[in-house]
Amino acid sequence: MHDEFLMGNEAIALGALAAGVNVVAGYPGTPSTEVLETIAKRKGDGVYVEWSINEKAALEVAAGAAYAGARSLVTCKQVGLNVASDPLMSLAYIGVKGGMVVMVADDPGPISSQTEQDTRTFAQFAKLPVFDPSGVAEAYAMIQDAFALSERIGSPVIFRATTRVDHGYEAISVANPDEYLANTSAGFAKDPGRWVIFPRLSLANHAKIEARNAALAEELSSYAANRIIPEGADSSATWGIATHGISWTYVEESLDDASRPRLLRVATPFPFPEQLALEFLEGLDGVLCVEELDPVIERALLQVAGKHGVSVKICGKLTGHVQPAGENTVESVAAALASVPELGVSAPAASAAAPAPQLPVRPPVLCAGCPHRASFYAVKKAMGSRKALFTGDIGCYTLGNAAPLNMVDTCLCMGAGITIAQGIYHVEPDTACFAFVGDSTFFASGITGVINAFYNQADLTVCVLDNSTTAMTGHQPHPGTGRTMMGQAVEKVSIENVLRGIGLTVVETVDPLDHAAAVACVRRVVDEPGVKAIIFKSPCVVLAKPQARSTVDRARCIGCKRCIREIGCPALSLKDNKALIDETLCTGCTLCEQLCPVTAISGGERL
Amino acid sequence: MSDSIVLCGVGGQGTILASKLLAAAAMSKGLPVKTAETIGMAQRGGSVFSHVRIGDGVASPLIGRGRADLIIAFEPAEAVRQLPYLREGGTVVVSTRPIIPVSATIGGPVYDLAAVMAYLREQVGEKLVVVDADAAAEALGSAKCLNVVLLGAAVRTRVLALTADDIRSAIAARLPERFHELNFRALDWSE
Repeated sequence: MHDEFLMGNEAIALGALAAGVNVVAGYPGTPSTEVLETIAKRKGDGVYVEWSINEKAALEVAAGAAYAGARSLVTCKQVGLNVASDPLMSLAYIGVKGGMVVMVADDPGPISSQTEQDTRTFAQFAKLPVFDPSGVAEAYAMIQDAFALSERIGSPVIFRATTRVDHGYEAISVANPDEYLANTSAGFAKDPGRWVIFPRLSLANHAKIEARNAALAEELSSYAANRIIPEGADSSATWGIATHGISWTYVEESLDDASRPRLLRVATPFPFPEQLALEFLEGLDGVLCVEELDPVIERALLQVAGKHGVSVKICGKLTGHVQPAGENTVESVAAALASVPELGVSAPAASAAAPAPQLPVRPPVLCAGCPHRASFYAVKKAMGSRKALFTGDIGCYTLGNAAPLNMVDTCLCMGAGITIAQGIYHVEPDTACFAFVGDSTFFASGITGVINAFYNQADLTVCVLDNSTTAMTGHQPHPGTGRTMMGQAVEKVSIENVLRGIGLTVVETVDPLDHAAAVACVRRVVDEPGVKAIIFKSPCVVLAKPQARSTVDRARCIGCKRCIREIGCPALSLKDNKALIDETLCTGCTLCEQLCPVTAISGGERL
Repeated sequence: MSDSIVLCGVGGQGTILASKLLAAAAMSKGLPVKTAETIGMAQRGGSVFSHVRIGDGVASPLIGRGRADLIIAFEPAEAVRQLPYLREGGTVVVSTRPIIPVSATIGGPVYDLAAVMAYLREQVGEKLVVVDADAAAEALGSAKCLNVVLLGAAVRTRVLALTADDIRSAIAARLPERFHELNFRALDWSE
């Protein structure tokens, strides 16, 4: 063992390696991404790792590996689990041979997601055991427990962490590579009665799953991470707190050692440790459940109390004591504890600071020089006042919604932009529909939408924003990049060839930073019938090294603010009524140079 | 005994690296450390923060409001935004260089730098350490090491259990060698 200062996701990765994981597949998504990246960086020769094209593919790859006796890991964020839910729901019935863990990162807040869904609830729905760590060190140990449990019960197991665990850092003790478990897989043993899902098999396995989960509920009551604090229930406490995950640490921040209420910390919310909960409730008048996202423990305690006839008041989200939505904080938890006087925790003193001056707002924006800005701007200028619709998708380019571009009218989930545009087209066929999709999203789930729209005779323009990377999550490779996570240089999958293979006859590729050419391209393509595509191709500026930056000739600048008002580049601001370019941000993309009416900006060199 | 530090700024300014250097410096002294960061969408020019907690008896990686000993602000308006986290009598190290968001130029709330600085002076009093980022950039020949300039100013306040030498060792251990000389100068730079 040795000590390392690790991000939660890095600890989860090293824990999986220590557990002898053989095959790892995932799709990037904040806050899960660093797990797979760390495995790729730290693995030995015997471990296979890939960024799959989406979470469904990842889960199926991992399931196949586990059928063959390998230990496998899937990594994704909470909305990624939705994409993988079709294979996962069925796999719960079929089971696995090697240990298989589905690592899901939940995003309370949400900070970088479309939903605030709680994977603890999903696990109940899928009837799969779920682990919920409360810190970095615990995550490291618990992912190893998850592999062991999975292999022992022959079922996939969900390991769920939230942002503050995934992206929290702690110095912890971890195993050296020579201490890792060596897991050798026996290979796939043919047995159609086991691996081919049919209604009769599903019914039989459903009954087994219910019995297994009831037995696990009993067994997990003595799992060390599920615990009552302090151990050995003292008889004096009349109220208790039930909590989990990172919220447990917020509770601890509010408690002093002198007068502590009894605490129940639940690390396996499903199957719920019923015996331990009964022991916790013994002699209590009431419990405050401090949870983030869904009231999972609260509902379970209501159920346990009802089932066993325990007379106890259960408070939490369902009674309005804990906020129903949003991320918990040290303050929100302190306020919740103070709202129950019986707990004897006083509210922190309110600050009496003078009101702060008005502050500027900082919504996230497209980077200075981002080619997506130029793509949106080209379509905007080409369409002018024509009736047009712009559907967006998931990625950096969702930020094209912001003023002054205002070029994203809808965003729902990965790949939806194309099919949403198709639906709107069928209702209002006189609207020019544009669907913006990034290159990684195109591969993940955009292709089916293009086929659907093409075959069903829609009329729309697919705009692929191809920056040759998965930018939002930190530049992961995808099938269009020619690199794999195993470090191989491979044949790229050509987006243009895919589109032509579907049957599209109008597929144009243009450099969005050549503004006149890009506008002309949009004007040419939009009036072609049926489904057509424009590939706006230019590298992500975070990866490419700027050549030369643009500067403003202050003598020529007339202070018209056109450059600022039209494109909203963060490198541009106004100083003494003249445009000013922040040299630390400018990449020399030249978009502002091309739209300056008096050619006062020059010097940039586009990539 | 523990130190709670909030680092704040705008996505892309280098707050994350600064928090990693603090953590590495603490670890090399054998101190327990926990940190939390903003990672994700906000890194694209949004308001970002890191919480760093050094020492024993720390449960949560996040700091509660009114409990931070030190705020290291890479940007004046962000210092004001995070000020509720400062404990009474706490110290603030702030860079003077504002980053004006596009929103302030196209009709959103304006950025009144004078009002922001006046508020900081009034609220923090003599515990406010102002770092002239432009002067530092000019003297060092680079605007890219503002994070280390601020760390230098922070350790000189003696609020933390860490010294400039601890940060220097962390730089040596964590950054590529070609950046050492510049960052060592940045660490020691003061007006």
